[in-house]
Amino acid sequence: MNSKVADRIATTIFYLIAATIVTVLVGLLGYILFHGFSKLNIDFLTSPSSSFRAGGGIGNQLFNSFYILFLTMVFTVPLGLGGGIYMAEYARPGRLTNAIRTCIEVLASLPSIVIGMFGLLMFVNLTGWGYSILGGALALTVFNLPVMVRVCEDALRTVARDQKEASLALGITHWHTIKTVLLPAAFPSILTGAILASGRVFGEAAALLFTAGLTTPTLDFSNWNPFDSTSPLNIFRPAETLAVHIWAVNTQGLIPDVREVADGSSAVLIISVLLFNLLARWIGSVVHKKITASK
Amino acid sequence: MKTVMEPKRTNTTTEQQPRSEKTETKPAALDVKHLNIYYGENHAVKDVSFSIEKNAVTALIGPSGCGKSTFLRSINRMNDLIPGAKSTGEIQYDDVNLIGDDINVVALRKEIGMVFQKPNPFPKSIYNNIVHALKFNGIRSRKKLDGIVEESLRKAALWDEVKDRLHESALSLSGGQQQRLCIARTLAMKPNILLLDEPASALDPISNAKIEDLIMELKKEYTIVIVTHNMHQASRISDKTAFFLNGVLVEYDKTDRIFTNPSKKDTEDYITGRFG
Repeated sequence: MNSKVADRIATTIFYLIAATIVTVLVGLLGYILFHGFSKLNIDFLTSPSSSFRAGGGIGNQLFNSFYILFLTMVFTVPLGLGGGIYMAEYARPGRLTNAIRTCIEVLASLPSIVIGMFGLLMFVNLTGWGYSILGGALALTVFNLPVMVRVCEDALRTVARDQKEASLALGITHWHTIKTVLLPAAFPSILTGAILASGRVFGEAAALLFTAGLTTPTLDFSNWNPFDSTSPLNIFRPAETLAVHIWAVNTQGLIPDVREVADGSSAVLIISVLLFNLLARWIGSVVHKKITASK
Repeated sequence: MKTVMEPKRTNTTTEQQPRSEKTETKPAALDVKHLNIYYGENHAVKDVSFSIEKNAVTALIGPSGCGKSTFLRSINRMNDLIPGAKSTGEIQYDDVNLIGDDINVVALRKEIGMVFQKPNPFPKSIYNNIVHALKFNGIRSRKKLDGIVEESLRKAALWDEVKDRLHESALSLSGGQQQRLCIARTLAMKPNILLLDEPASALDPISNAKIEDLIMELKKEYTIVIVTHNMHQASRISDKTAFFLNGVLVEYDKTDRIFTNPSKKDTEDYITGRFG
């Protein structure tokens, strides 16, 4: 076989692989959206779910998902940023740094169900909170933290070295250089990474099964006192998220319209994650333009 | 931590004398003694000793990898950023050894500024590029900042070109303007010594000429050490020239002597283009 033929075969194989990826994605999205789209209406998106009768919605689950995501990011972003700054700027090459890096990688590759079990021990039993939003958010923080550290570290490392030298050569301290030169330059990629990580957190179910729980108490959306047990903002109440809800109705749902609810919920979940991805790209490019271009 | 040293540009007794051209040796701004620099196993600068004159331009020439940039970067301790870099010996600056562990590098870099090969303005406005370091040093008064911005841009011969667009992005400037902005930014810190690492090599010939004019102007006030690959540039602008080869300082003399009558064979070979 001559090299020209080999080249052609390789090219064809790579095209086929690319086509397979696109086909799988389009097929999956198309199937879910086709079946789920017709179920989407304001009532479905806002009304609470029902345990036995048909016609329940996903209002609470949707709120829970965003609330847990918000709390998770509140914990993850500062920790991830701190870890990323340390790894990119302060960690000296050596055994300690290698050990830390290994820890981050192992943490990143832990199956989410294992993190869920860890969360059950730590944030549910040990703390005595029971199933709670806070416990779920902390478990997701464990799940998300290595990704965030990685995102921040990579973002800082890709800032041009001459920018850092320029600042240091002017007699500016390392920390002030990080704050005023490196972080602003890394901000677009950190933001993009954070939003993409949000998509992952939003769709996570296994880590939440045993931490945030499978139920949601009756919520009174006019009660915004976070310490009240019927308030949606109460962080110590159990909260079933959208992804968990899909799993729950499919495995133990008693409602007659299981199929419809599952289809609709999946469509909402998929659309949300897609929106996160598009948002990440869009905000990333807007911020990048804003920071680098004139004004 | 002690501050590195007081700015003493004008208070030494020798400096009081008129700087006539016939004086063979001007007072030393930097006195280098037995300087060795290592990158891990690599011995990059080998036992270099010479003294750099005040208010003069000293050019460092030599082929790539000869240690001249490494030497330059050791003066304001930029080599500290490179893992595994280690120096021994002395660089005396107003009776302080810059190689010492107790040096406050942040204070040092304010007095010994550096401009790099590739123009590296911050992706901020022209104005903010200059005030970035001033604000860090606690200068908040708008009037004072405006004054320093204008003064430094004038010194860097950039004021007339940018005075109407100080708040536009520095990245909208041409390469040569960006490099002069980087020089202005360094001058704003009121340094005593300027280290220039091939400041014009990434620029077109016209910008290059402007930078050279600027250097001739600046040497009245500053001690300038410049690394250059351009022999013509070295001969045009420098008072003294140091030729480095494989980490060794081969020859150091007045520039016209280096270029007309060098005492070492290697120097002659290099400047006549036989290698490097």
